[in-house]
Amino acid sequence: MAPTGPRSGDAIFASVERVNAELFTLTYGATVRQLLTDLEEVEEVNKQLDQMGYNIGIRLIDEFLAKSNVSRCVDFKETADVIAKVGFKMFLGINATVTNWDADGTCCNIILEDNPLVDFVELPDTCQGLYYCNILSGVIRGALEMVSMKTEVTWLRDMLRGDDAYELQVKLLKQVPEEYPYKDDE
Amino acid sequence: MQFFGGSEISPSPPTLTVSGNNAHMMYVFNRNGVCLLYREWNRPLHTLNAQQDHKLMFGLLFSLKSLTAKMDPTSAERGNLGVPQLPGQGCSFHSFRTNTYKLSFMESPSGIKIILITHPKTGDLRESLKHIYNLYVEYVMKNPLYTPGTPIRSDLFNTTLDQYVRSIA
Repeated sequence: MAPTGPRSGDAIFASVERVNAELFTLTYGATVRQLLTDLEEVEEVNKQLDQMGYNIGIRLIDEFLAKSNVSRCVDFKETADVIAKVGFKMFLGINATVTNWDADGTCCNIILEDNPLVDFVELPDTCQGLYYCNILSGVIRGALEMVSMKTEVTWLRDMLRGDDAYELQVKLLKQVPEEYPYKDDE
Repeated sequence: MQFFGGSEISPSPPTLTVSGNNAHMMYVFNRNGVCLLYREWNRPLHTLNAQQDHKLMFGLLFSLKSLTAKMDPTSAERGNLGVPQLPGQGCSFHSFRTNTYKLSFMESPSGIKIILITHPKTGDLRESLKHIYNLYVEYVMKNPLYTPGTPIRSDLFNTTLDQYVRSIA
């Protein structure tokens, strides 16, 4: 029997086991709060969130590929579309759009329409430099690295800091082709 | 002689499960050539030691993949043989059959390769391999105690896998 095609984000979101949104938001909030207490420096917390996201991303990619059945993306444009339409929808139920492609097709922005991580959250004055959702940038970076793409993901707009939307910039640094891992002399 | 940097060189020795299983062997490799899992159900002839066997299998598939992509008659531009492939250029082969066995192969875009060797009359196993990939995600990837890139040592995964493989016609 021929293999089935890719599934849409909505279909998968409906079929996976979900957890209560508030539980998720509050757990994430508690994690960030604890990191702030442990590390004290806002920059350190940003880095740690990114690293945590990276560790999640390298595992998440397999779950994503298994559940969504997408085949290898032909270029970065397709990759970004798949992340926005299928990835965000499937794991967080977020509708996201891709905008602002640059001339080479290596850099784009992803705008998140809503963001369950930041419900009930307000940043105090002492934490103004904090990228609260930095875990998401780590997740994208980690996941893309496992499919041979080195990327840099940064936050352009963050509602907790006073902007009007959540916008991420994903920049493809380079595609790493697969190499034969064994040395030839063995 | 360490080629891939893991601290454990080969997975735990294969245990023979109940006979009557249709499949002979199964391998799971990651993108760096580390053999994450080797299961053996019915293999009367052992030719090489485990290390060399894994290396041979990985090398075979790597070269086959590269060859099949380069020889694709439907695509206009391909690099020459030997040039590393960029993602998105592949055309993937999924099985080959000899008079004594059939080898079915699946590679995910993240580099996880699942190989199942069965008797030659087996049909198309692509859906089964996808199911095995799903099992891998559930039992291995979601396990917080598992470090990605190291051989899998999970009894639950092995049992579920054995049960599933036994059910493949």
